[in-house]
Amino acid sequence: MAGHAMAVDERGAPKSFISRWIFSTNHKDIGTLYLIFAIMAGIIGFLLSLGMRMELQEPGIQYFHGWANLINGETADGPIGQTSADGNGQHLYNVFVTAHGLIMIFFMVMPALIGGFANWFVPIMVGAPDMAFPRMNNISFWLLPPAFILLILSMFVEGPAGGLGIGGGWTIYPPLSTTGQPGPAMDFAILSLHVAGASSILGAINFITTIFNMRAPGMTLHKMPLFAWSILVTAFLLVMSLPVLAGAITMLLTDRNFGTTFFDPAGGGDPILFQHLFWFFGHPEVYVIILPAFGIVSHIISTFSRKPIFGYLGMAYAMVGIGVVGSVVWAHHMFTAGLSLAAQAYFTAATMVIAVPTGIKIFSWIATMWGGSISFRTPMIWAIGFIALFTMGGVTGVVLANAGIDRSMHDTYYVVAHFHYVLSLGAVFGIFAGWYYWFPKMFGYMYSETIANIHFAFTFVGVNTIFFVQHFAGRAGMPRRYIDYPDGLAYWNEISSIGTYITAVSLVVFFIGVIHAFVRKQAVSENPWGEGANTLEWTLPSPPPYHQFEQLPDYRAHEKAHGLDH
Amino acid sequence: MSEILCSQNDNTAKKRKTALYILLFGITMLAISYAAVPLYDLFCRVTGYGGTTSVAEEASGVILDQNIGVRFDSNTANGLGWNFKPVTKEVDLKIGEVITIEYEATNLSNEVSTGTATFNVSPEAAGYYFNKIECFCFTEQLLQPGETVRMPVNFFVDPEIVDDIDANWIKTITLSYTFFPKDDV
Repeated sequence: MAGHAMAVDERGAPKSFISRWIFSTNHKDIGTLYLIFAIMAGIIGFLLSLGMRMELQEPGIQYFHGWANLINGETADGPIGQTSADGNGQHLYNVFVTAHGLIMIFFMVMPALIGGFANWFVPIMVGAPDMAFPRMNNISFWLLPPAFILLILSMFVEGPAGGLGIGGGWTIYPPLSTTGQPGPAMDFAILSLHVAGASSILGAINFITTIFNMRAPGMTLHKMPLFAWSILVTAFLLVMSLPVLAGAITMLLTDRNFGTTFFDPAGGGDPILFQHLFWFFGHPEVYVIILPAFGIVSHIISTFSRKPIFGYLGMAYAMVGIGVVGSVVWAHHMFTAGLSLAAQAYFTAATMVIAVPTGIKIFSWIATMWGGSISFRTPMIWAIGFIALFTMGGVTGVVLANAGIDRSMHDTYYVVAHFHYVLSLGAVFGIFAGWYYWFPKMFGYMYSETIANIHFAFTFVGVNTIFFVQHFAGRAGMPRRYIDYPDGLAYWNEISSIGTYITAVSLVVFFIGVIHAFVRKQAVSENPWGEGANTLEWTLPSPPPYHQFEQLPDYRAHEKAHGLDH
Repeated sequence: MSEILCSQNDNTAKKRKTALYILLFGITMLAISYAAVPLYDLFCRVTGYGGTTSVAEEASGVILDQNIGVRFDSNTANGLGWNFKPVTKEVDLKIGEVITIEYEATNLSNEVSTGTATFNVSPEAAGYYFNKIECFCFTEQLLQPGETVRMPVNFFVDPEIVDDIDANWIKTITLSYTFFPKDDV
């Protein structure tokens, strides 16, 4: 079939652009919208980090006071009582830090993995014609652009007196986020998180309902593909944790505007309570980001090793275990906030326990490859890169889990390196692995594997150059969220910045690859990956018809046909 | 052939039920986030977490032959034109002994102003054992322009502190007060 274009079955698709893409209720169209959104937000988030790394390449302040003057005007007073332009530059740097974190988490990784890939493939994998609530799916997506616009707007309105935007970090701890930044910028950001949170909760309800009620006949939960399992656990984590964030930021909002004192000691409140509420959301959130990537990687490793995944049930319940244990370890982010000895001991031990189910996953992936007929196609390379880098981040996570060691590491670049290894490298490698695995299925065209492999090479070298040396900078005492540092730290920072430029090149290669694929239009068959790819999406044409599974697939027959029924 | 219809209507009721349960779960979590506010406050009072001190109705009957130091610290929040300081900077007392010390506040501004004080002790582990019988922190203070008041604190250190492995190493406790303006009365 490969070589000449397959006729795309668009029966039932709305004819007008507006009905199809603005009022879309089709899970595949909405998934595509999410992916486009995530790519655009990712570009903005990356440019912010590029600005930060340019600034940190050398000691001293090079760029930011100039940029701040550009935005504020030459004569503007600096925030926190400073009248120098340096103050504005320092604040603008913190605005970049804050926006980079919020954008990458809420508007890049989550829309790509959950909105994009899960919308596309969870219904198909479980053999459903669409999501359970297609119109709610549309709302979930269209809440995101307004949320994103609110966040971008927050960078252009007053935060602290005399400064634009919020410079409080993505964790928005009070009192810096209350009395520290009285301007409307923080209110914009809070409302942005409210809207983005509502979007995610609606999406999560949709996924859970779809997975529980719309699986094909014969597909029990214990036969469901691991990506669907990962989304099921993720959706539960979202429903559990996002309302707590919504509550916490609503309290922040009323503290700021309506005179409540939830987090204000003057009225009997406690700022530490915000940290507890925030991290009760924030820690499950990091698993929300990484679990879908686990699911994607499981499929890819199995496909390109031509073996079923090793220890399927263990893999599924390891994700459940990560979700459960990951929900009761939040205070390991607060070891320096004055926890009692007993609480520190508990949170240290509980945090380390997460290494057990995570280890089950890592070793099961390796065991899947062991003795397999491995082909190093592009998605497989990304997936193996994911395993290597995620393991790196996991190991530094075990180090940081120790309350005693964390005293010295807290808020240093060691922490920055750790969470970028699991998120920026882990989750993002998962996203690109999924992109290259499902690109032929989603769009019906094969990309150039040469360009894709060059993209991998640049990304792998680039991100490791950025973040590996940050471990050293952190151990040498470089703190997070500062625009400047002593000269002694210049060496690692320069290397790290060079890594960012390599990563920028990799993004250019990525877009060249995408454009090349759409220009070349090399059509692919139903299943370009061979017999290892045995989930239901590979039984459909590429791209799938607008309405798939008019007749629900018989999963028992599918199992027999693919030898899955042992 | 002309129209493609998905005949999934049969389990619409089931889907709605699932969605409703999940929605209720989400709303419960939202409620819990607000319930955390009083619960956390209660938790701090019961356990002395974060250096929250205890309030005692009457003095302890036991006085140990072991001394402990208590230092006094004072802070004034922005917007309250008061001079606020302890009369005695530090005392040395027997564990279990009841003692009264005084803080002094002067309103330096030209207006009548009201303040309330918050307080904690450090090390935080000592909070549970630091008992206050009488203290100005329990009431609001109104000061006329230029007025000076002396405010007593009546406290003792619970003898059980010597049996707690988290707290028996403590030789000096610092009691810290911060006065905040109370303008919305």
